[in-house]
Amino acid sequence: MSAIETPNKPIHTAHGEGHGHHHDAGEIKLFGMWVYLMTDCILFACLFASYVVLKDATAGGVTGKDIFELPFVLVETFVLLFSSITSGLATVAMHRGDKAEVMKWLKFTFLLGAVFVGMEVYEFHHLIAEGHGPSHSAFLSAFFTLVGTHGLHVTAGLLWMLVLMHQINTRGLNDTNKSRLNLLALFWHFLDVVWICVFTVVYLMGVL
Amino acid sequence: MEHGHTPPSTVDGSHGTKKSYMTGFILAVILTVIPFGVVMTSALSPAVTILVVALFAVAQVFVHLVYFLHLSLAPSQTWNVVSLLFSVLVIVFLIGLSVWIMWSMHYHMMIN
Repeated sequence: MSAIETPNKPIHTAHGEGHGHHHDAGEIKLFGMWVYLMTDCILFACLFASYVVLKDATAGGVTGKDIFELPFVLVETFVLLFSSITSGLATVAMHRGDKAEVMKWLKFTFLLGAVFVGMEVYEFHHLIAEGHGPSHSAFLSAFFTLVGTHGLHVTAGLLWMLVLMHQINTRGLNDTNKSRLNLLALFWHFLDVVWICVFTVVYLMGVL
Repeated sequence: MEHGHTPPSTVDGSHGTKKSYMTGFILAVILTVIPFGVVMTSALSPAVTILVVALFAVAQVFVHLVYFLHLSLAPSQTWNVVSLLFSVLVIVFLIGLSVWIMWSMHYHMMIN
């Protein structure tokens, strides 16, 4: 990363370095988060591979065509897209240093994320109640694992967001919290990218 | 700490503006509504639908990467792009080879 190439001035200019050091730390954290997200991509790739391979192994039970409701999925998709935008607007407000605005957009993001998780829980509950639980067929196991893992990521993001909102409330928009918000926004946008693959491969291609 | 004089962009190398988020949002809406519409109205044959839906998904992933994840070809982003390309390679191997292996197995065992 650029941090490594940054010419390091002699040690005695400690005061000037403090600033540069912080800047590098923020960039290294963002890159570290990026590398984590790339490994997460590979986790999801494994789950997608299992799903694609097992999607016809329905053991005489329901297929995707029987259980997927596209209008419901379309609403879920838009809820997550809106939450992605509001988390982005939170970072835009952060760069202006507008704490109230940051909190407002984070609350919207949290609310939309919670609605998304709620819809997913409803869908899972509905399927299990109808007798199409994950133990019924390889297709359903793969479906619940893939979609559930994404839902768990979103839930983890929601918890992170709660903690960060508390930190911003108590300590203000300091550099540490700004860096945390950047990382959270990156994570949140990434989850929306994974969802594009989920709704395309699982739902849209599943009902054909 | 006196960070007031620091330009905002030093907290991270790249970030969006309200306008860039709105552009990305509108593109994402278009790229979401069309594939859902194509599938829900069954306007095209299944084979063509799969192709169209896949192309729209790839396009939307690019829109998200550029407008929301702020990925660019700027020198400061080189390693982000390199690690992404490596991940794409791994993903293609993982999914592509899994499908190939299982398809061949089914074919030779005449299951499907």
